[in-house]
Amino acid sequence: MSNTVTATPDRVYRDYGQPLWRRLLVTRESAIIALLLLVIVVALLSVRNFDNPITITYLLLDVAPILLIALPMTLIIITGEIDLSVASVVGLSSVLLGTLHQAGLPIAVAGIIAIIAGALGGALNGFLVTVVGLPSLAVTIGTLALYRGLAVGLLGTTAVTDFNEFWTTLAKSKIPGTPIPSITIPFLILLAIFAVVLHFTPFGRGVFAIGLSSEAATFSGINVNRTKFILFVVAGAVSAFAGIYYTLRFGSARGDNATGLELQVIAAVLLGGVSIFGGRGALHGVVAGVLLIGVLGSALRLANVTSDVINIITGVLLVLSVVSTSFLVWLHKQRSKPRRTPRVDSGTPPA
Amino acid sequence: MSISPGITGPAALELRDVAKSFGAVVALKSASLTVQMNSIHALVGENGAGKSTLVKIIAGLYQRDAGDFLLRGESVNFKSTADSKASGIAVIYQEPTLFPDLSVTENIFMGRQPTNRFGRIDRKAMRAEVEDLFDRLAVRIDPDRPAEGLSIADQQIIEIAKAISLDARVLIMDEPTAALSGVEVDRLFAVARSLRDEGRALVFISHRFDEVFALCDMITVMRDGEYISTDSIESTTVAEIVHRMVGRDVTELFPKTIVPIGDVVLDVAGMTMPGQFHDINFTVRSGEIVGLAGLVGAGRSEVARAIFGIDGYERGSVTVDGQRVPPRNPVGAMGLGLALVPEDRRKQGLVVDSTVGRNTTMSIQRSLIKLGLLTSAAENAAARTWASRLEVKTNALDTVVGTLSGGNQQKVVLAKWLATNPRVLIIDEPTRGIDVGTKAEVHRLLSELAGQGLAILMISSELPEVLGMADRVLVMREGRITAEITRADATSETVMYAATHASETHS
Amino acid sequence: MSTLTAKPTPNVVLHGLGVFLRARETSILLALLLVIAVTTIKNPNFLFSSDGFRDLLLTPSILILVAVGQAIVIVTRSVDLSVGSTLGLTAYLTGRLFLDIPGIPIILVVLAGIVFGALLGVVNGALVAFAKVPALVITLGTLYAYRGLNVLWAGSDRINASDMPKNFLALGTTEYFSIPLLTIIALIVLIAAGWYMRNTRGGREFYAIGSEPAAAELYGLKVTKRILVAFVACGALTGLAGVLYAARYGTINSQAGSGLELDAVAAAVIGGVAIFGGSGTVWGAAIGAVLLLTINRALPILGVQDFWQRAVVGALIIGAIVLDRLLALRQTRKLLESRDDSNE
Repeated sequence: MSNTVTATPDRVYRDYGQPLWRRLLVTRESAIIALLLLVIVVALLSVRNFDNPITITYLLLDVAPILLIALPMTLIIITGEIDLSVASVVGLSSVLLGTLHQAGLPIAVAGIIAIIAGALGGALNGFLVTVVGLPSLAVTIGTLALYRGLAVGLLGTTAVTDFNEFWTTLAKSKIPGTPIPSITIPFLILLAIFAVVLHFTPFGRGVFAIGLSSEAATFSGINVNRTKFILFVVAGAVSAFAGIYYTLRFGSARGDNATGLELQVIAAVLLGGVSIFGGRGALHGVVAGVLLIGVLGSALRLANVTSDVINIITGVLLVLSVVSTSFLVWLHKQRSKPRRTPRVDSGTPPA
Repeated sequence: MSISPGITGPAALELRDVAKSFGAVVALKSASLTVQMNSIHALVGENGAGKSTLVKIIAGLYQRDAGDFLLRGESVNFKSTADSKASGIAVIYQEPTLFPDLSVTENIFMGRQPTNRFGRIDRKAMRAEVEDLFDRLAVRIDPDRPAEGLSIADQQIIEIAKAISLDARVLIMDEPTAALSGVEVDRLFAVARSLRDEGRALVFISHRFDEVFALCDMITVMRDGEYISTDSIESTTVAEIVHRMVGRDVTELFPKTIVPIGDVVLDVAGMTMPGQFHDINFTVRSGEIVGLAGLVGAGRSEVARAIFGIDGYERGSVTVDGQRVPPRNPVGAMGLGLALVPEDRRKQGLVVDSTVGRNTTMSIQRSLIKLGLLTSAAENAAARTWASRLEVKTNALDTVVGTLSGGNQQKVVLAKWLATNPRVLIIDEPTRGIDVGTKAEVHRLLSELAGQGLAILMISSELPEVLGMADRVLVMREGRITAEITRADATSETVMYAATHASETHS
Repeated sequence: MSTLTAKPTPNVVLHGLGVFLRARETSILLALLLVIAVTTIKNPNFLFSSDGFRDLLLTPSILILVAVGQAIVIVTRSVDLSVGSTLGLTAYLTGRLFLDIPGIPIILVVLAGIVFGALLGVVNGALVAFAKVPALVITLGTLYAYRGLNVLWAGSDRINASDMPKNFLALGTTEYFSIPLLTIIALIVLIAAGWYMRNTRGGREFYAIGSEPAAAELYGLKVTKRILVAFVACGALTGLAGVLYAARYGTINSQAGSGLELDAVAAAVIGGVAIFGGSGTVWGAAIGAVLLLTINRALPILGVQDFWQRAVVGALIIGAIVLDRLLALRQTRKLLESRDDSNE
């Protein structure tokens, strides 16, 4: 031990404990990306018409809402919470868009109002979780029902189908010269924003810290409640935006639009390597997860496999991905403990 | 070693030359303890003496590396806590773990409720037994009320009731009175005495010598993981015991450099939070190290958290350099130059599952932003500076801090807070659970920092540390400051006295 | 110090009455009676016609079974979102058994449904108890997987009431002393479950595990086994509900039971079962189920379009958990105050 009080010897620290290739390749995200590529290759080779550009178009048109909502959902799950109400917000925003447009408002204005409504819905979630202190699972089960109920209540069994053609065509349009739908552009913009926030800002660091140890995060000066509240509001707003797209793409606003979508979003996020326990995850894995589900669905449909099998596969994949996370966590715990460390130790070796 | 005459037969509990290490940290070198039936045996020693480790070995949580463990003359080897419970050992911890939603009765009998045929729980019999237990213990707790909201004192009684219903012959009470009021302590002692008279053996671990001398028959002293002595209570004094506990020449270890002391930086006035602390007044000057001593449960950590803003307070004020620190606002406190190294390193001081780089820069992230972005490169550069300044031993900055030793973890926490360039550093138990070598480093560092003008408030339960490092010692007891002792007047005895007696000037 | 003052033991009857009145189950029972009363005033047929009374009891019977199973799982601090899919599968199994094995005894079909449901529950329970994965995610996965299996199996076929044996369908409408058989079955199950949860070691251990898992480990309780049992029970009860569903409705397609998990969780939460486990009763969940469905049926009569049902359910869930939280905070404060008072 150094006893000098003045200059300390230069201690050399590597940035990383493992070589670049290991850091990049031995991750959950890489596994999913690899799986995605594998599935794409297999599909290209064995499914007829899979290489038809139209397939990509419809695939992306279909998964766009999931892609969009998966972005804030990823951050929410990383903080250790969950939001089951997102699909209901999609439905509610769809209905609001329809009814407001029917009442004469231009789509753009109706759309903005719908997004604000979505943000308010997220704010209610955030309020109940951070201020009242309720578990997000219970709260969002309640708001799932409430918002869906409001959506269905407003329109009943009717649907609004009379939309301005400009907007409906826009929703389905493609980027000129490519089979890629235009909705990809707003998605990519949002993806860039979320990626930067999550991986390159103190707010994003805070999200990870809260998920790993919200107590330590508080002691480091991170405002846990404010962070969570913001995430719920953003989830609401993005879900509402996804609802606008959904409505315009199908040209129909219905109270039961996107029922069950929350499960697909959560399945994709977890598949993409985000840990359900919080504190870990990355957006490239999530995007791969969404695309994986989309590609599987697309390929299987083209191969005349029915959608129920696709659902089974989604369910099994979800379970497998979480069980494997659990297993990896357990493995990691076993390895990082020296043999003679006590079994029960939540603190430092005793004083 | 002198044992009270008149007690014959194999000892209820005997440990001889027990050793236990955790990686590089040696918790026990050669610990021994012999407890007879019909006795209340005190086990004393400072923090780090190894008492908790010994208790956990007795409880079956840990397995000893070496030494003998005998129960009523027979050698035992517990593989689990269930084994030790089955052998008649019960440990009453400071903070019992009960089922809050279930009744007191169910808590006592969970897993072994009396049943009749059909497997139906016999509630009448269960309740009657609990009432009987409480009668024997001469306590009154409503057997039907939920365990939630029970005072720690009542929770301990429930644990004791559980132990008796399991017919535990050896009961170990680990710092039981830390959170108890005077009345509750009296009740606990009455219970302990009646248990002793029934033929059981009790081990009483405590820092409070007035209680130890009032309750116990025998007293064993440990120091630095080793057995020091065992005496009957009548044949020894507090002074002698304290001397054996502390044992070494205090001035040797801590390089206390005399540093010019400047103006008042931290000023706490009249801070009060009912139930936790009352009318706390003190100042800390630039270059000063103020020690805050007291027993566990005196309220010191609560005061620290309130100053920093993690918890709130009802009355009073905190100022740094004359500026008022807003309550309940850690970010605001940090902005004014406050830093808090908390008591629980793994749960509060660090995000244990995150990396060295992230943890080190966690509180200065905003200042590392360039062109609107916070990059790993910037983080690592800053982390490198601070980690090397503190000589954190790790290969890489993306090592998970949970894998570092206690001492290195503490260095990371210190690095994190020093990086914020604070005016006031509050550090709660700076060297708890750290090996001797790193301890010295931490002390040297604190001295250095004081020399650079930092105002340091050091909360510590280790007397030698307080006596060695502090320019002034504040002593707290049950939420109040009972004494302010200068370095010249501070001795183990004066500090301990203030920690265990109410100040005469207070009502 | 102690929480009993120096008074002599309080009047046991009054004490019991007090407990009863303050119980959550009582309040929702009163709420239920209130809803029935108000609706009947508006339309006496709601309660007083023979159809009305029968439907009042019959409609919730199936949900009661599922809610009881769900309550058991929630008490252990888990949740089972796959119950809807499980019900669909067992209902379809029921139909298929009758179609493919003509003359099969009804009791065998009932047993098959229960066992099948239990097996589906074992999958959930094993993954939650052994792999220690949060129940939310596991049952989300099985919700998908089981529903997919259902659709795969059924294809676009539908089982029609005409395919089922008459005496089986009769079960759906038989009454004894004006009480539908299905309701009686639900009541019997409820009483059995209630008895088990309150009076056996196993039942009490469910509560212990949900109340404080760390203490459960310390006490040496067999946590893994208990959690497994909870999920098996939930699956089995849902399986039974699936058979009764087939008896009641006769027509079964691959979407049967879709969304039921939400109603089951809502019923339990409204009935006082804390989402974090450790408290609440299957009785409360059952009354919650009845309340929920009765409100749904009452809304149109009261002039509220039944489109708003979902919203009402959502508002009730949120209201219930907020209320629980506020009550818990108040109780904690009171207990702390009374402790401080008796100390100084």
